[in-house]
Amino acid sequence: MDPLVLGIESTCDETGVALVRGRDLLGESVASSMDEHARFGGIVPEVASRAHLEEMLPTLDAALASAGVSLADVDAIAVASGPGLVGSLTVGVAAAKALAVALGRPLYGVNHVVGHIAVDELIHGPFPDRFLALVVSGGHSSLLMVEDIAASVVELGQTLDDAAGEAFDKVGRLLGLPYPGGPHVDRLARGGNPEAIAFPRGLSTPKDLVRHPYDFSFSGLKTAVARYVEACEDGGRDVPREDVAASFAAAVADVLMTKTIRACRELGIQTLVIGGGFSANSQLRELAASRCAEEGIDVRIPPIRYCTDNGAMIAALGSAALRAGLPRSDLGFGVDSALPLDRAVA
Amino acid sequence: MELALDTSASISVAIVDGDRLIASASEYAPRSHAEILAPMIRGVMGEADATGADVTRIIVGTGPAPFTGLRVGLVTAQTLGRSWGIPVAGVCSLDALGAEHGGRVTVVADARRREVYWAHYEDGVRVDGPFVSVPEEVRVAGDVIGRGAALYTEVFGGRPEARHDPDPAWLARLVRRATACGQTDFPTRPLYLRRPDVHGGPRA
Repeated sequence: MDPLVLGIESTCDETGVALVRGRDLLGESVASSMDEHARFGGIVPEVASRAHLEEMLPTLDAALASAGVSLADVDAIAVASGPGLVGSLTVGVAAAKALAVALGRPLYGVNHVVGHIAVDELIHGPFPDRFLALVVSGGHSSLLMVEDIAASVVELGQTLDDAAGEAFDKVGRLLGLPYPGGPHVDRLARGGNPEAIAFPRGLSTPKDLVRHPYDFSFSGLKTAVARYVEACEDGGRDVPREDVAASFAAAVADVLMTKTIRACRELGIQTLVIGGGFSANSQLRELAASRCAEEGIDVRIPPIRYCTDNGAMIAALGSAALRAGLPRSDLGFGVDSALPLDRAVA
Repeated sequence: MELALDTSASISVAIVDGDRLIASASEYAPRSHAEILAPMIRGVMGEADATGADVTRIIVGTGPAPFTGLRVGLVTAQTLGRSWGIPVAGVCSLDALGAEHGGRVTVVADARRREVYWAHYEDGVRVDGPFVSVPEEVRVAGDVIGRGAALYTEVFGGRPEARHDPDPAWLARLVRRATACGQTDFPTRPLYLRRPDVHGGPRA
């Protein structure tokens, strides 16, 4: 029988604990402090850290109960050791180390961003030997070449400024929508015309494509949206919010998928896995499905509830680390708010 | 045996059996709590030749203290307690210094940002506090001890020997005394004493 791995996630505002055996998710629990941050228009790190401390044991208990196992059954522990907010990360890492000491079990500090991809193995089964991964969230927009999710991940490109989800939150603010803006902009966009306004595609000129073939940039797009909204207001016209949202969302999805498909083609890749909170975006999911179908690429995107932060992604990556035979982390490892993406295990 | 720990200033761990100290370790490393505490606990338990089955209670200092390090101690104590199925007792960290010194004393700890945490004690009993304030606003009574006192010698008088952090063995002693007097509730809630910093304030 495969080892039972307990995973702990606490990189931002969600406290997550899950139990995974092999590639099977046995049970999980997630607590979020988002409601406490919404009125501030962004995550308040200290509020998130305090919530993690309060939620850690209740979330652990709930995950164990939902999996129908006890702590004595746990064979290994995995915890997100970065990237993320230092105060938040610290609570999860300390809890995981305490479990490792108390139970005498090995501990793996793993990469949160890589976990967003690893979680897909729990949904769609084993990964192929070689695939591309697009991780898109409020903090990241990165294209990864993966040969082993725990042992061999290479970052091909990333955003040079805002992350995709971050750009959505900022445009949400411009359109007067509540924080976090992503889901609100998405909803608004569904009622608009994605071709109404020609917003720019960042880093897409021939010259940019030489220097930054797989990098992204969304700050110019966000500025273009701001100028458009200002021009409407200055001219005394109503802002066509649905069309702005739809055209903006189309520009983000277009540039993400165009560069990703190009990488698949150039590297001869047949499988694409998309993960991270922003992969819940409906325009991106639709465009990924249609473009990959045209190209004959197998695209895998976890269901929306596994795109946001959770313990399952961390347990999945811990399970993959055990499968790959990686050494356990030394108990003295620290949190790393800027953990590089080519280090899946700390 | 009892396992006691405090992360309010130094990172400190002790294993005690009644009033007898079996093993202990301490290190001052203000930004490295998450790295140091767990290996320290494992090391001290090894030195005491103790396993989880030997430990009957965990005692933890609840601050007041800088937040991130304090949480490392609290979540560690809570998680160990859950894993071993034993109770976890929380005590105000400053109480260890007040009790160890005895008599009339003001305990002053470093709160960073040019502030201190402080409290008054009479014969080991906290009679006022804990508070957080700038050093100049501390109402001094009796001797002044603690890392905060040593840090702000211009306010509290030059007493380098006063640099002293809470000893978890003393926290354990306090819990044992209180238990003997019938106290059963030892909350492990953190004593933050400050509200979270919120940059920008609420949006309309």
